[in-house]
Amino acid sequence: MTDSTPATGHGAPKLRLGLRNDNDDGWGYAPAPESTDHVELRDRYGLFIDGEFTDAKGGRTFETANPATEEKIADVALASDADVDAAVAAARRAYDEVWSQLAPRERGKYVYRIARVLQERGRELAITESLDGGKPIRESRDVDIPLAAAHFFYYAGWADKLDYAFPGRGARSLGVAGQVIPWNFPLLMAAWKIAPAIAAGNTVVLKPAETTPLTALKLAEIIQDAGVPPGVVNIVTGAGETGAAVVQHEDVDKVAFTGSTEVGKLIRRALAGSGKHYTLELGGKAANLVFEDAAVDQAVEGIVNGIFFNQGHVCCAGSRLLVQESVADEVISKLKDRMETLIVGDPLDKNTDIGAINSRAQLDRIEEYLKIGEEEGAEPFQTSCPVPDRGYWCRPTLFLHAAQSHRVVQEEIFGPVLAVQTFRTVDEGIAMANNTPYGLSGGVWSDKGAKAFRVTSRIRAGVLWANTYNKFDPTAPFGGYKESGIGREGGLAGLHAYLQPEEAA
Amino acid sequence: MSEQRSTAEADRLPVLKTHKVYVGGKFPRSESGRFDRAFAPDGTPIANICRCSRKDVRDAVTAARAAQAGWAARTAYNRGQILYRIAEMLEGRSAQFEALLAAGGATSREAAAEVQAAVDRLLHYAGWTDKFQQVFSSVNPVATSHFNFSILEPMGVVGVLAPESPLLGLVSSIAPAIAGGNTTVVLVTGGQPLPATTFGEVLNSSDVPGGVVNILTGRRDEMLAPLAGHRDVDALLLCSPDPDVARSAEIEAVHNLKRVAVRPHEDWTDVQSPYEITDLQEVKTTWHPIGS
Repeated sequence: MTDSTPATGHGAPKLRLGLRNDNDDGWGYAPAPESTDHVELRDRYGLFIDGEFTDAKGGRTFETANPATEEKIADVALASDADVDAAVAAARRAYDEVWSQLAPRERGKYVYRIARVLQERGRELAITESLDGGKPIRESRDVDIPLAAAHFFYYAGWADKLDYAFPGRGARSLGVAGQVIPWNFPLLMAAWKIAPAIAAGNTVVLKPAETTPLTALKLAEIIQDAGVPPGVVNIVTGAGETGAAVVQHEDVDKVAFTGSTEVGKLIRRALAGSGKHYTLELGGKAANLVFEDAAVDQAVEGIVNGIFFNQGHVCCAGSRLLVQESVADEVISKLKDRMETLIVGDPLDKNTDIGAINSRAQLDRIEEYLKIGEEEGAEPFQTSCPVPDRGYWCRPTLFLHAAQSHRVVQEEIFGPVLAVQTFRTVDEGIAMANNTPYGLSGGVWSDKGAKAFRVTSRIRAGVLWANTYNKFDPTAPFGGYKESGIGREGGLAGLHAYLQPEEAA
Repeated sequence: MSEQRSTAEADRLPVLKTHKVYVGGKFPRSESGRFDRAFAPDGTPIANICRCSRKDVRDAVTAARAAQAGWAARTAYNRGQILYRIAEMLEGRSAQFEALLAAGGATSREAAAEVQAAVDRLLHYAGWTDKFQQVFSSVNPVATSHFNFSILEPMGVVGVLAPESPLLGLVSSIAPAIAGGNTTVVLVTGGQPLPATTFGEVLNSSDVPGGVVNILTGRRDEMLAPLAGHRDVDALLLCSPDPDVARSAEIEAVHNLKRVAVRPHEDWTDVQSPYEITDLQEVKTTWHPIGS
C-alpha cells in the first residue's frame, strides 16, 4: 500500500481541524517535547552481578539505539555463558545465605524501597524508556513507570503474608528464578518478573531485551541504592543466546519468560521432565467484539486503545476487530475518522499517540504483513499523517473485509495493524473470537450487561475486558489460555508462580 | 474368563464378563480388534481386555470434547450431586470391587480399605464442586474505577495417564478433574485394568453425561504419545513415578502448550486436596468499568 492511501469506500479522510498534527493547515499542535536535560545516560553499561556492575567476560558489547532517530545511545555488555554462570552462582549464594534467611518483614522492606525509588525517579525512567524503546512519553510516564512501581509496592506487602497464599497449606519459595523479558514494556516487565519473585523469597537472574536494556539497568542502580543484598537481583544483558543460557541453566529452579510463542515452546521443550517451575507469557491475537448495542463512540476509543496503544507492540492487543454487521459501517467510519487524528512521531513529544516501531527488524516484520494482507485480498486503510524522515514508523492501519484464513487474522503482527471482520449473531462472534490457537485476552463492547458477561465467560482467554481494553493492575492476574502461555502474573495467582505449597503433612 | 471364575462352582456355568472400554457413555471394543490379557499375581490369565489404538484415543478425545462445554455449564451443585452419585454407586458395588482388587493380589482387608477410601474420595470432591471457586477466586482491588475479578475455569479436555493404583489412584485422578468441569480421556495401562473397566460401569449408572470420563485400556507406549500430542487436548495429568514417561509426554505436549501436572505418587492414600482441582483450572480475569 502507498503512504497516501485514502480511506477507500468512505471517500477521503475527513479533516479534523485542530486535532491533526498537520502543521500545513495552521491548526496542528505545536511540538511539546519532554525535556531530557536531567536524564543521565552513560556511554557504556555493564552487567549487574552480585551487586556490582561489571563488564562481560571477554569485554563483548552490543549497541542500543533510539528507534526514533536510529542513533546509538550506549554500548551494553553482552553476557556470555560464563557471565550467566556467575550471575546464577551469585543468585544461588544470595538465596542460600541471605535472602531465604532474612525475616520476611525485612525482605518486604527492601521491595518497598525499590517501589519508592522508582516513583522518585519516575520522570527519568519514563524518558529513558521512550528514548530506548520508542514508546510515547505519555504512555511511559502514565502507564509503564507508575505500574512498575505499583507492582513492587503490591508484592512487597506479600513478603510477610505468604502463609495466606495457599489456604490450608504453608508456602515455600522456589530458589533461583531465571527470567527473560521482551522489549515492549521493558521496565514494567522487569517489575512483573522481579517483584513477586523476590517478595516471595526467591533470587533472580533477569535478562532484558536486546533493544531495550536501559531501564532494567537503571533499575539495577536503584536496587543497588536501595541496599538490596548483593546477588538477590542480577541483570545480564544480551540477545537470544544469553536468554537461552539463563532459562536453560541447570541451577535455575524457576523459569519465567515473556515473549513469542515460538520461543516459549522451545523453552517448554527444554524444561520437559526437569520438574522445574515455569511461567510463560506468550503471543496473542485477541478479538475485540463490538455488538450492535455498544456505545459506539466509547467502543471506537476502545478499539483505538486496544490496537494502537504502544504501537500495537502488545501481546494482549485487540488485533482482531469483530463488529456486528448491523453497526459495521458506522463503527468503521468513525474508527477511520478517529484514526486520522492519531499523531505518529517523536516519542518524547507529549502530543504523540503512536511512537516509533521498536526496531528495524520489527518494522520489517510489520511491513511484511502489510504486503501479505494486501496480497491475500484484505482491503487496506492507512491514515495520512506525516511521519518523520528518520527512525522506524508505521501509520495506523486497518485491513477491512479480512477473512478468517488470512494470515493478518491468524498471526500475531505486533504492530499498529488491525484486521477487521464482521459477524451476525452472538454465537458467531464468540466462535470467531475463539478461532485461534491463542487465548491471552479479548474485548467485548455492549451496553447489555447480561450479554457482555455471557460473552466474556465464553471466550477462552485469560483476560477479558468488557467495555474497556488494555487495563493492567498489579492486583489483577494476567496470562493466557491455550498457546498464549502457561501461568499467571499479577495478583495472588502471580505470587503462586513463585511459591510452592508445602506438602500436606 | 473372569474374576468370577473362582466362585464358579457347583453345577451352573457362570456368565463371564467381557471387559470393554468406556467412550462417550458407551462400551465399545477397541476399533483395532486387538486384545491383551489381564493376569492374576500368580500369572493366571483372568480376563481379556481391549488393547486400544491411537484411533481409539482420537475417538475418545472427540467424545470428551463434545461433552466438555455441557459438563462445564452444569451448575456446581449439579456436578456435586453427580459425584456424590458416583460414590453411592461405588459403595453399592463394594463387594464386586473388593473381589477385583483381591484378584489383583490385595488381601481382603486391603481391598475393603481401598474401596472405602475411593468412595470417601469421591465424596470429598463432590463437596468441593461448589466451594473451590469461593476459596480460590478473587475480587481484585485495582487502582482504577473497574470491577475486576478472577475466577477459575476448567482447562477443558484433560488427558489422564492413570496411576498403577487400580481403584483409589484411578478415582483420585479422575474426580478432581471432573469436579472442576473438565472432561477426561483416561489411559489405563497398569497391571490391574479390571477395576477401571468396571468403574466405567459405575460412572455409566451415576448420571455422568457420556463423554465426561472416557476410559481406555491398552499399552502406554501406543496410547500416551497420541494423547499427549493431540491438538484438541488441553491438559495432561501424568500419574507415573517414571520421570522418562513424564518427559516424553511433556515433549509431545509442547505442540499446543498443554498444561501438564505430574503425579509421581505410588501411594494415593493422602493425595487429596483442592489443589488437585485447581491444578486443572485456568484463571480468567474480567474487567468492567464502574461508572454511569
